[in-house]
Amino acid sequence: MVFGRSKRGGTTAPAEPVTLKILVAGGFGVGKTTLVGSVSEIKPLRTEELLTEASLPVDSLKGVEAKSTTTVAMDFGRITINDGLVLYLFGTPGQDRFWFLWDELATGALGAVVLADTRRLENSFAAIDYFERRGIPFTVAVNCFDDAERYPAETIREALDLDGAIPVMLCDARVRESARDVLISVVEHAMRNAARAPADM
Amino acid sequence: MTDRWFDEAAGPVVRPYAMTRGRTRSGAKDAQLDLIALVIAEKAGEPEPDGATGSGLLPEEEDKLLADHSLVPEHLDIVALCRSAPLSVAEVAAELDLPVGVVRVLIGDLVEAELVRVTRPVPPAELPDESILREVINGLRAL
Ligand SMILES: Nc1nc2c(ncn2[C@@H]2O[C@H](COP(=O)(O)OP(=O)(O)OP(=O)(O)O)[C@@H](O)[C@H]2O)c(=O)[nH]1
Ligand SMILES: [Mg+2]
Repeated sequence: MVFGRSKRGGTTAPAEPVTLKILVAGGFGVGKTTLVGSVSEIKPLRTEELLTEASLPVDSLKGVEAKSTTTVAMDFGRITINDGLVLYLFGTPGQDRFWFLWDELATGALGAVVLADTRRLENSFAAIDYFERRGIPFTVAVNCFDDAERYPAETIREALDLDGAIPVMLCDARVRESARDVLISVVEHAMRNAARAPADM
Repeated sequence: MTDRWFDEAAGPVVRPYAMTRGRTRSGAKDAQLDLIALVIAEKAGEPEPDGATGSGLLPEEEDKLLADHSLVPEHLDIVALCRSAPLSVAEVAAELDLPVGVVRVLIGDLVEAELVRVTRPVPPAELPDESILREVINGLRAL
């Protein structure tokens, strides 16, 4: 399989690094930026997308056309695996009306993390639905805030009505090892999915 | 010039798009550049000669950029940024503090001018090889 290379298939150009991305989704204030920051080798960077772009679906512009300077911020981090492989992490914008940005982010994504907070589990429903519908492999990671009650992963799986194959784990988004383990779970899950449906993934 | 401030498709042009002369799409025929597409200066491997101007650009790159009056200083910034190492579209946007849409158009111009090229990340609906996924897992474990 050839990918991540220049389309020209140049003859002498050195091999270009392959880039991959994992999305970090979840409700408002659930710890997305914190998780990206704790594993990223760079301080999370911020990009902005202007909502006046012609590429937007017409519907998504309703109600914002008057405010021509509306922007959506996305933050992202980077993990260089080696010279030839770089993993980017993107925190998705939380607001539902920015779905169209998710579509762009989700295109070609290796997988996703859905961060959840047991005090507001319902805030992760939208992200779960989104990735389920698109067949994007994801892990649900419950960010253990200090003042939130702890539940076993299986209780959370039931509460979220998740398929048994979807990994559910507890994490602390502030801790590098914990955030790293969540990412490993996503990639392992993506690998299992690929093995199960090799033809039409 | 005022009529140029409107693009039939886009409606009123917000200020950052002034530097793309109101264009919200790049001229390049390529599909929309992915956020993780890498931007690589065409002359990336070549060291700056002695007496370089300190702009981070090769003299020939600078000549080309300055000769083309449709190019703006931000085009130069992008080429200079990507000369030392490939950078993703998202990183270029963050570094220059410009909206992604604007940066895409500018990069498209530079591709047409053959000053940079861009990699194509994994196409949608396709997962990378299992060997690559294993490499990612091992890399993460080593963090
Ligand atoms: N106790 C505790 N606090 C956390 C944890 N993760 C994040 N926080 C705190 O929760 C707050 C919100 O975290 P962010 O990472 O900004 O959340 P976010 O999902 O990026 O938020 P938005 O982008 O605004 O939706 C911050 O004050 C963090 O310090 C955690 O695991 N435990
Ligand atoms: Mg955030």
